[in-house]
Amino acid sequence: MSILMSQIVNGLILGSLIGLIALGYTMVYGIIQLINFAHGEVFMVGAYGAVGTATFVLPTAVTTQWWFLLPIMIVIGALVSMVVAILMERFAYRPLRNAPRLAPLITALGVSVALQEAVRVFYPEATAAIPFPSIFIPGALVLPIGDGVPIQYSGILIVVVALVLAFALNTFVEQTRLGRAMRATAQDRDVARLMGINPDRVIVLTFALGGALAGVAGVLYGNFYNFINIDMGFQNGIFAFTAAVLGGIGNIRGAVVGGLAIGLIKSLAGQYLPGGGAYDYVWIFVVLIAVLVFRPQGFFGETERVRA
Amino acid sequence: MTAFLEVRDLTVAYGAIQAVRGVSFTVERGQIVSLIGSNGAGKTTTLRTISGLLKPVSGEILLEGEPIHQLPAHEILARGVAHSPEGRRLFARMTVEENLRLGAYIRKDEAGIQEDLERVYSLFPVLGERRRNKAGLFSGGEQQMLAMGRAMMSRPKLLMLDEPSMGLSPIMTQKIFETVKELQAEGTTVLLVEQNALAALALSDYAYVIDLGRTTISGTGQELLADPRVQEAYLGEGVAS
Repeated sequence: MSILMSQIVNGLILGSLIGLIALGYTMVYGIIQLINFAHGEVFMVGAYGAVGTATFVLPTAVTTQWWFLLPIMIVIGALVSMVVAILMERFAYRPLRNAPRLAPLITALGVSVALQEAVRVFYPEATAAIPFPSIFIPGALVLPIGDGVPIQYSGILIVVVALVLAFALNTFVEQTRLGRAMRATAQDRDVARLMGINPDRVIVLTFALGGALAGVAGVLYGNFYNFINIDMGFQNGIFAFTAAVLGGIGNIRGAVVGGLAIGLIKSLAGQYLPGGGAYDYVWIFVVLIAVLVFRPQGFFGETERVRA
Repeated sequence: MTAFLEVRDLTVAYGAIQAVRGVSFTVERGQIVSLIGSNGAGKTTTLRTISGLLKPVSGEILLEGEPIHQLPAHEILARGVAHSPEGRRLFARMTVEENLRLGAYIRKDEAGIQEDLERVYSLFPVLGERRRNKAGLFSGGEQQMLAMGRAMMSRPKLLMLDEPSMGLSPIMTQKIFETVKELQAEGTTVLLVEQNALAALALSDYAYVIDLGRTTISGTGQELLADPRVQEAYLGEGVAS
């Protein structure tokens, strides 16, 4: 019982993190139909940007107080990722806006490699995993179930922050004038232009928001696992992309639910299914394929409606 | 005095195909002007070029004497040109009210936007009753009302309507054209593209025939209605309704 509960807890923590990254995939796809394969690296650079600032820039007095350091690192992670995402859109994808779809897709792969290599070359000792400081309350809350189910405080932080940000993003997109402009641009870019919307600005806003969320995820990831490496974006990026597809690409709720689903599948399959942890990836993609066979648009995806 | 809108010798191409090859016309302030012509003549392409969705190969478009044909679409809207495109092109997954608010996207005066929302709802009560419903679920006539309402929401100086009567019942068509008349009475200039030439000409102060990408015949609505060439080509018994 306590093992099951522990695995559910692990799954929800990992799933929240994946969901947070998946939001960027799903928003960008929704608006320009591009699978931004470099989005995982946006997540990675956020973590490196934050840890770099804490190590080389901030005075030690600041770094000893978690309630001071944590918000600073989250903001820096978000900013670094956001700037990288904006530059990526501006210089890699915008020139290819009207090119055949394969061109930006290949470019995304190129940007992904370029970002990884840039960190490897320029960040001190980034050739191996580097330690990430534990900046939140250490230790765990122990649930009195069976032998006790520990939940890391830094894990609780991940779940809470991810859900709050996803909720805030959804409210922004659904309720505000700019959010409406984003949805309009996603649905029909030409008509959005006829409404006076500048699609370039909406697209860059989309990259910026998705990037900021990925940067926050990067810091939360580092704080939870206490190590970061330049591959973290590739691995978690694939999970997050899968989560976005599973939930229905283009859909914000779908990204979060897809993320949680993948987190749970990974931790539960790793515990209970044949092959154990060595095969947990396999089960994620088995579920993905099964969902796509029976519901190609994903959990919340909308099928194209024909206009009368 | 400069014309309100002047299109000079416009050429527009889709790749190698020239859809418009010599369209020239003038719209004076406060007029209703129609472009009529058969399918594929270049009417829709002309409107799409005026609103900035397409860039001309050559020629000029002057709004109140200033060239606008190099501006991006969103800046042309900001100068007071609204375009309700062919096929209505509503945001089907958004509500009636969201569609209308998008029409008012460039405006910041919430009070004025509220006022205009109420105005659209009083012009088309069915939209008011169903303001929280998704636009994609509406009938063709209701969608046309919404498309027109959306184009009105920016308070344009020039309203361009592409085939507003397409697929509508005669009663609904009449309702739409009455609304166009009302807008004109309030000072809006209207550029209308229609296949229903009879109804369009009856409404128009001035009209141009576009044939194979060129403006050919022009005159007041009444003159064109009486013109035997127009009658033969565009007002044949089958078309008149």
